[in-house]
Amino acid sequence: MTTTLTEPAVRRRVRTRPRGDGAIALAFLAPVLLGFALFYLYPALRGAWYSLTDWNLLSQPRFVGLDNYAKLARDPLFWNSLKVTGGYVVMNIGIQMIAGLGLAALLHRLTRSLLVRSLLVVPWLVPSVTTGLLWMWLLDANLGFVNHLLVALGLDNQGFLTSPDLALPSVAMITSWSGTGYTALLLYAGMLLVPPQVYEAAALDGSGEVRTFFRITLPLMRPILAFVLVVSLIGSFQLFDTVAVTTMGRPANATRVVYFYIYEQAFTHFKMGYASALALSLLLILGVLTFVQMRLLRASTSDLA
Amino acid sequence: MRRLAWAGLILAVLISLFPLYWMLRTAITPGRELVGDSAGLLPAHPTLVNFERVLGLATREESRAAGGSGADLDFFRYLGNSIIYTGLVTSVQTLCCAMAGYAFARLRFPGRDLLFGLFVAALMVPPIFTLLPNFVLVKELGWLNTFQGLVAPSLLMSPFAVFFLRQFFLGVPREVEQAALIDGAGRGIIFWRVVLPMTKGPLLTLALTTAVWTWNDYLWPLLVAPGEETRVLTAALGIFLKQSPNTAPDWTGLMAGSALSVLPVLLLVVFFGRRLVDSIQFSGMKG
Repeated sequence: MTTTLTEPAVRRRVRTRPRGDGAIALAFLAPVLLGFALFYLYPALRGAWYSLTDWNLLSQPRFVGLDNYAKLARDPLFWNSLKVTGGYVVMNIGIQMIAGLGLAALLHRLTRSLLVRSLLVVPWLVPSVTTGLLWMWLLDANLGFVNHLLVALGLDNQGFLTSPDLALPSVAMITSWSGTGYTALLLYAGMLLVPPQVYEAAALDGSGEVRTFFRITLPLMRPILAFVLVVSLIGSFQLFDTVAVTTMGRPANATRVVYFYIYEQAFTHFKMGYASALALSLLLILGVLTFVQMRLLRASTSDLA
Repeated sequence: MRRLAWAGLILAVLISLFPLYWMLRTAITPGRELVGDSAGLLPAHPTLVNFERVLGLATREESRAAGGSGADLDFFRYLGNSIIYTGLVTSVQTLCCAMAGYAFARLRFPGRDLLFGLFVAALMVPPIFTLLPNFVLVKELGWLNTFQGLVAPSLLMSPFAVFFLRQFFLGVPREVEQAALIDGAGRGIIFWRVVLPMTKGPLLTLALTTAVWTWNDYLWPLLVAPGEETRVLTAALGIFLKQSPNTAPDWTGLMAGSALSVLPVLLLVVFFGRRLVDSIQFSGMKG
C-alpha cells in the first residue's frame, strides 16, 4: 500500500521541477538543433532568397524580385512537368494501392509466412539506381526479356522507354515493382488491426470472402488507407532517380517530372534562382495537397470512432 | 478459390524476384553472345568474366573482347565509401535523434511545442528545396568530394527520426523513470541506462530504415561527392551507365555491376529479415 501513498507525492515533486529541465533539454537537443539550424532552416531561408535572384552559381546572385515566379507561370515546360508528375502520381498510386491491397488480402487470408513477406519486400530494398538499370535492360526494345515475352505471346516488340506514349507508364511500372511489396506490408498491418471477432460474425452471417473484404475489411481500414495515400502521394511527387537513370525526361518531355525539371534547371542549365523558385512552388503545391489530405484523414478517423 | 489465391500470391513473389534472377542470368552471359542468346533461362556458355571486368580484375583487352566499353568499377573502393557514408549517418543520426526525441517526449522546457511543430513542418518539405542551398553551402565550405560534405545534411538529424522516436518514448511508462529519479539518477543516466535499453527494438528498426535509405541515396552523393575518393556505389553505377555507349549499352557489364550492388541488400534480408518486415509493418500501424 505504500506505493499508492507515495505516488502522488512523487508526481508533485517531479512536476515542481520544470526549471531544471531547461538546461538538460538543451543538452539533449543540441546536436539536432545544430543540424536543423544549419541544414534545414538556414538553407530554407537561402532557398527562398535565391528564388528572388538570377544566379548561375558562379557570379554574384542578382536580385530580380518576383521575375522567376512570373517566368514559371508562363513556362510551358513547368506546367508540362506538373502534368507529367500528376499522370505519374495517379498511375503509380493506382497500381500500388490496387495491387498492394490485393496482395495484402492474399497474405491476410493465406499465410503468416515471414519468408513470403520478406521476398515481397526485396524489390523495395534494391537501390533505385540498380532498379532503373535493371528495368532498362528488361524493357530493352530489341533484346529485353519483356519483349521476348511479348513476341512469344504473338505480340509486337515495344520500345517501352523510348515511345512517348509508353515511357511514363513504363516508369510507373518500374517504381511500382519496387514499391508494391512495401505498400502491401503496410496495408497488411492495417488488416491485422481489424478484430477477428468481426470476421467470425461476418462468417456466421454467411458473408462470402469478397463481400467481407469490400464491406468489412476495407471500411475498417480507412485510416490506414488514408495514411498510406498521404505518404505515397508526397513520395511520388519526388520521383527522380528512376527518371534520371532510365529516360532523362525523354522522349519529348514525356517523363520530365517536376523534380527532374528542377534538377536540370539547377545543375544542367545553372539557373539556381529559377530552380529555387520552382522548388518553392512545389513546396506550396505539396503543402496544399497534404493539408487537403490531412483533412480527409481526420474525417475518416472520426468516422471510425 | 483458395488454390487460385495461392497462385496469385506465388505469381506476385515471382514478379518480385524474377527481374533479379534475370539480372544474374545476364551477368553470367558472355557479352558477344547476348544478341543470339538472350531468351533462354540459362546462357549457353556461363562465364564470370563480366564480374571480373566490373571488379577491375580483367585487363582492358579482356574487357574489350568481352564487349565492355573499357570502363570499369573500382568496386571495393565504392563499397567502402558506401559503408562509411551509411555507417556514419545511421549511427550518429539515430543517437542524436533519440536524445532529441526523449527531450520532446519527457522534458519540460519553454518553446517545446513550437520547436516540435517546426520539426513536423520540416517533414513536409520536399528534399529538393533544401538540397539546392545545401549544395551551395557544402561548395562554399570547400567540402565537395569530402566525407564531411557527403554526410553533413543528414548526420545530426532527420525530422522523421525525431518524430518517430518521440512517439516511442511517449509510450515508456513514467513510473520507471520516476523510480530512477527518486534513486537520485540524473536525466542522462536515466536516458542511457533505462530508456534506451527499453526501446532497443524501435531504435534498431529506425536504424535499419535509415541505413536502407542512406545506402540507396543517389542524387546527393552524385552532386557533392562524385570524385573517385568519395564516390559511393549508387553514384558509381550511374556513372558506369553514362560511360556505356547509348546505342549498344554494355548490358552484361551493367548487370554484373548491378548484381554486386544488390548483395548488401540480400545480406540485410538474411540477417534482419524479421526486423525489416516488422519495421515496415510497424510504420503502418501508426496510421
